[in-house]
Amino acid sequence: MIQPRPAADRSAYPAFEATDLVYRYGDHTALDGLTFSVPAGSTFGLLGPNGSGKTTLFRIVSTLLRPLSGTAAVHQHDCANQPGDVRRMLGVIFQQPALDAELSITENLRVHAALVGIPRDEADGRIHAILDQFDLVSRANDRVKTLSGGLARRADLARGFLHRPKLLLLDEPTTGLDPIARRDLWDALARLQRLEGTTLLIATHLMDEAERCDDVLILDRGRAVAQGSPESLRATLGTEALWLDSDDAETLADLLTDRLGLTAHVLGRRVLVDHDDPASMISRIYEAAGERIVSATVRRPTLEDVFVARTGERPAFSVAAF
Amino acid sequence: MYRVVRALWQREIQKFLRDRARIVGALVQPLAFWVLLGLGFYDSFQMPGGGDVSYLEYLFPGIVALILLFTAIFSTIYIVEERQTGLLQAALVAPVSRLSIVLGNLAGGVTLALAEALLFLLLAPLVGLTPSVVGLLVIVLASVSMATAFTALGFTIAWRLDTTRGFHAIMNLVLLPMWILSGAFFPPEGVPMAVRWVMYLNPAFYGVAALRDGLYLPDAAPSAAGLPTSLALGLSVAFAAAMVGLAVWTVQRRSTVAA
Repeated sequence: MIQPRPAADRSAYPAFEATDLVYRYGDHTALDGLTFSVPAGSTFGLLGPNGSGKTTLFRIVSTLLRPLSGTAAVHQHDCANQPGDVRRMLGVIFQQPALDAELSITENLRVHAALVGIPRDEADGRIHAILDQFDLVSRANDRVKTLSGGLARRADLARGFLHRPKLLLLDEPTTGLDPIARRDLWDALARLQRLEGTTLLIATHLMDEAERCDDVLILDRGRAVAQGSPESLRATLGTEALWLDSDDAETLADLLTDRLGLTAHVLGRRVLVDHDDPASMISRIYEAAGERIVSATVRRPTLEDVFVARTGERPAFSVAAF
Repeated sequence: MYRVVRALWQREIQKFLRDRARIVGALVQPLAFWVLLGLGFYDSFQMPGGGDVSYLEYLFPGIVALILLFTAIFSTIYIVEERQTGLLQAALVAPVSRLSIVLGNLAGGVTLALAEALLFLLLAPLVGLTPSVVGLLVIVLASVSMATAFTALGFTIAWRLDTTRGFHAIMNLVLLPMWILSGAFFPPEGVPMAVRWVMYLNPAFYGVAALRDGLYLPDAAPSAAGLPTSLALGLSVAFAAAMVGLAVWTVQRRSTVAA
């Protein structure tokens, strides 16, 4: 797991700050008064299903969209009114690698160096250094189209870090990668971040990726429904809990309340039973409502449980194995 | 800004040189058009008002225009995808002006179109055309203006679309008819008044007219629509300038979402 970053990396002011951000596409509200801030030097996860507003937020941060109201600021520079300053501090990793398939890694990075204004006489040295850090030197002259998905991703990450951005946005950067490539990518990210002190703002819908972040914000329909470290978020659901999977969670919860006097919360297709000693209750629960129960688990809450509890939805996505 | 334009220009050339299908496609298809149409209409074509001009000869400047059009289309159709998967997405969030992004892409597309068109022009002596120095200058200027106009137009279309399928549809609906009605295919003198006016309103008409003039200078070209060369050239350059303006305006709008 990620080592805690040295305290010196954290500046007095946040790397990113959103205040009451609102954005609409016609009738559809994508961001609904979103407020949060990202401490400098941290790894910050934005966890939310598709349509929760992650992409819209990223477009606003990367100065491609102007918010209808509210403000977004990168190191205290307003994204809407000082786009030039914001772009200089920003690196963006898109869902698809921003590399030309026909060009080699080095050629791609040379074009990018020109785009981000790295002086010509420094560019090649910088490119070599970043390729070295990402273990890509031996493939430097290979065309991107000949690289595996994982390697192309790493090359794209090298692109994102090339100009030493203060804030790096990553929009579901492990999309389409197998578990090993995904872990490699996260390790490379963590290494680089320790070295450069970059703030990482990562959109993901994978719970185990969110677990690797210092802070997580759960986004639901354009609003922040929970924020904190993964541990503190899990702690809001207690230490251990009994989870019942059911085809008809509402009825099951009613049965448990009526027959056993238990406090039961319906979370999507699950029922969470509040009890000090949940394991002791299992046999009585089965006697009372066994026919409604598909499975019963006593375990510590996961981030996914927090997500379900806060959004009231069972996530339409799976937990990928690391 | 110069550095960004240069880097994007170079990128365009590099990509092109590595894509053999593209090199061949933009040259061979017009060449095939020229030979097939030229021979097919060999006996039936007659210049309105007489004159001894074979269809191969008549079609020649039109094929130059077609090469310019195809190369421009091929170099801009990629932009539809590159906004989602290529370096271009990074360019949009880089601290560079939109103008330099447009100019870099245009410079690349125009260079390629011009190179392919000049290559085809080497065949001019085959139909008995040997341009003078002044004529060559007019040809290059007309080619540059048309290449710029077509590339900028293709860029604008690509920027507003999310799929290459859409681009193909517009190509068939707008760009090809634009070529067919440019005087490349048949002279305006021989068609009904209504069609003739559509041709006069087509900005590509003036580029093709200037090209045709250039091939015959200092003699008068057959079917120049009675237009002075300088006026045809001026209108073609104006068209190019307008298309560049449109491309810059399109990209400059802050939102790049196709709403």
